[in-house]
Amino acid sequence: MAGIPHDHYEPKSNGEKWLHSRLPVVGLMYDTLMIPTPKNLNWMWIWGIVLTFCLALQIITGIVLAMHYTPHVDQAFASVEHIMRNVNGGYMLRYMHANGASLFFIAVYAHIFRGLYYGSYKAPREVTWIVGMLIYLLMMGTAFMGYVLPWGQMSFWGATVITGLFGAVPFVGDAIQTLLLGGPAVDNATLNRFFSLHYLFPFVIAGLVIVHIWAFHTTGNNNPTGVEVRRGSKEEAEKDTLPFWPYFVIKDLFALAVILVIFFAIVGFMPNYLGHPDNYIEANPLSTPAHIVPEWYFLPFYAILRAFTAEVWVVQIASFVTGGIIDAKFFGVLAMFGAIAVMALVPWLDTSSVRSGRYRPMFKWWFALLVIDFFALMWLGAMPAEEPYASLSLIAAAYWFGYFLVIMPLLGVLEKPLAQPETIEADFASHYDAKTGGTKTLVNPAE
Amino acid sequence: MIKKTFISAVVALGLTGSAALAAGGAAHVEDFDFSFEGPFGAYDTNQLQRGLQVYTEVCSACHGLKFVPLRTLADEGGPHMPEDQVRAYSERYEVFDAELDDFRPATPVDHFPVSALDTAPDLSLMAKKRAGFHGPYGLGINQFLKGIGGPEYIASLMVGYEEAPECAPEDFPGSYNKAFANGGIPDSCKDDHGHSMVEGSWISMAQPLYGDDVEYADGHSADLHHEAADVAAFLMWTAEPKMMARKQAGFAGVIFLTLLSVLLYLTNKRLWAPVKYKKD
Repeated sequence: MAGIPHDHYEPKSNGEKWLHSRLPVVGLMYDTLMIPTPKNLNWMWIWGIVLTFCLALQIITGIVLAMHYTPHVDQAFASVEHIMRNVNGGYMLRYMHANGASLFFIAVYAHIFRGLYYGSYKAPREVTWIVGMLIYLLMMGTAFMGYVLPWGQMSFWGATVITGLFGAVPFVGDAIQTLLLGGPAVDNATLNRFFSLHYLFPFVIAGLVIVHIWAFHTTGNNNPTGVEVRRGSKEEAEKDTLPFWPYFVIKDLFALAVILVIFFAIVGFMPNYLGHPDNYIEANPLSTPAHIVPEWYFLPFYAILRAFTAEVWVVQIASFVTGGIIDAKFFGVLAMFGAIAVMALVPWLDTSSVRSGRYRPMFKWWFALLVIDFFALMWLGAMPAEEPYASLSLIAAAYWFGYFLVIMPLLGVLEKPLAQPETIEADFASHYDAKTGGTKTLVNPAE
Repeated sequence: MIKKTFISAVVALGLTGSAALAAGGAAHVEDFDFSFEGPFGAYDTNQLQRGLQVYTEVCSACHGLKFVPLRTLADEGGPHMPEDQVRAYSERYEVFDAELDDFRPATPVDHFPVSALDTAPDLSLMAKKRAGFHGPYGLGINQFLKGIGGPEYIASLMVGYEEAPECAPEDFPGSYNKAFANGGIPDSCKDDHGHSMVEGSWISMAQPLYGDDVEYADGHSADLHHEAADVAAFLMWTAEPKMMARKQAGFAGVIFLTLLSVLLYLTNKRLWAPVKYKKD
């Protein structure tokens, strides 16, 4: 692949040469695994492998679950209980699949915020970022539809509320909603198409993951300094990098194993912790639960959706200017999708010449506030729609947009960045070599 | 719903699942100690069998367990009854056989019947759908150590029947229960803001257990508190029949992966040592 100069696969035996001249698949695997990787990557660069694992886990458990699940309104709930009681290991499959979704989102949020802090979205990695955002959107769609499949009360009412959002779109809303539902209300047609799409999307995600990896293997990884790998010669590049295998594979697998200890503890000892008890009540269109709450990973954006009520002046202005076409409900929907859109556009909203937040003294604080804001929104999304939560949601939503639309463009102009290290090699050396002087002599037992 | 907030693990807020607010009334759920709480907790086979007896002799008059196959009464990690007893027990129920086009006595391959009374909810998953006393909210520590809290709710409901408070009119429908949150509350028991001034609410189910409703074969005390705990434990098993196997799998996973983590840590350390601490 283009980019950082490194050794490529050379077929040696006649058999290898025969295959290589016809299909260079071994070469592709070799170049992918041996890709030069900045050697100063820290522990926030492990989420990629966690995410890859999650996708594989979800697809494998999901395929087996689908063998026993029945997508019909009269049988879906009972078929899930059948999986829990009669299928060999079915309870583990289902609990791993349900909690796997949560692990997936914990990892993706950590991965996204890692990118936001270290400027991984900045040129030349905009395409990696945009593809990542598409994956994230598809993940949300997949998770939402998956939650509908057990056909519990939260499944049914969650589906009713969320598809109702699309009904808020002016003129074509009703048509979109009907298309999504396959009818006038959440019913068997809805369950069937959600099941079909829930099965399809993960494979689309898998395809985009390949594009995502392809994109950042073309540009090279970002790293905590944001300083690019030197590419003048192979020797120069080797001072800044190490091959992905074995250095980063082993490091990432270690991190994955530690995360899976926690994951198995949750699956084994409190598998329903992140679920909602109401989803063990079979869906009943005649009985609305007291509080309809989405899964935790949707809460920040759910809070933004609810923040913009008809009393908010921005909403009133929008309504006035558009002659009532944009009402409070539609404004909320626009805000929710807009919150993700502004995040996707951050490569062009960030005006700073410096990539990594490590060398941006003012940015650090605004970023910390953004992280707090995200958790605050998550908490507010779970609260009932009443004071003081409504006002707090509005403030938190305003900061989310303010960060991307105002602070990011302005900071690049106002801020005086700190000095960055000359090279990745220098950054790496400042962490390790200096410390070894006399006090910490590590004997390599292999020698 | 017993509790109206939903807080995820990642929202590091110090809220614990204790307050129980819904439908205007605060319900009183008592913290029973069950043998199956915590990662090391296990079902007490004798207690499950006693709970089955309470269910059979009292609850089953109205409530069904439609998701529970009768054969699972023989399961290890469950009531663990001998096969012949399960067969004999099954015969007390009648099921409709589509092939015979008639009713016949149930066999172990059949499920428990559905509720005999239309208004009586099925109890198969009651312990999971009424979870909330120990979570699933808050940081999860409570739930990790004490379980989901559904059985506590069921047991509290059984012992929660009390003399109706004085504010209520004589003819208010239902029975007063201090653990029941979702029922009706007479206006005369609400303050000016419409908030309830009493614990719990009125439930349509009449008090099912009074103490000594059954006679346990193992000579265990059958006072109200014990009966309530036994039937709650049994309903926890009907809701989560594979809990024991799940916890075992959890332990296997945690131990194996901890070991793997240690090995990978050491591998990683040795792998990186020459790179990190170069001798020039």
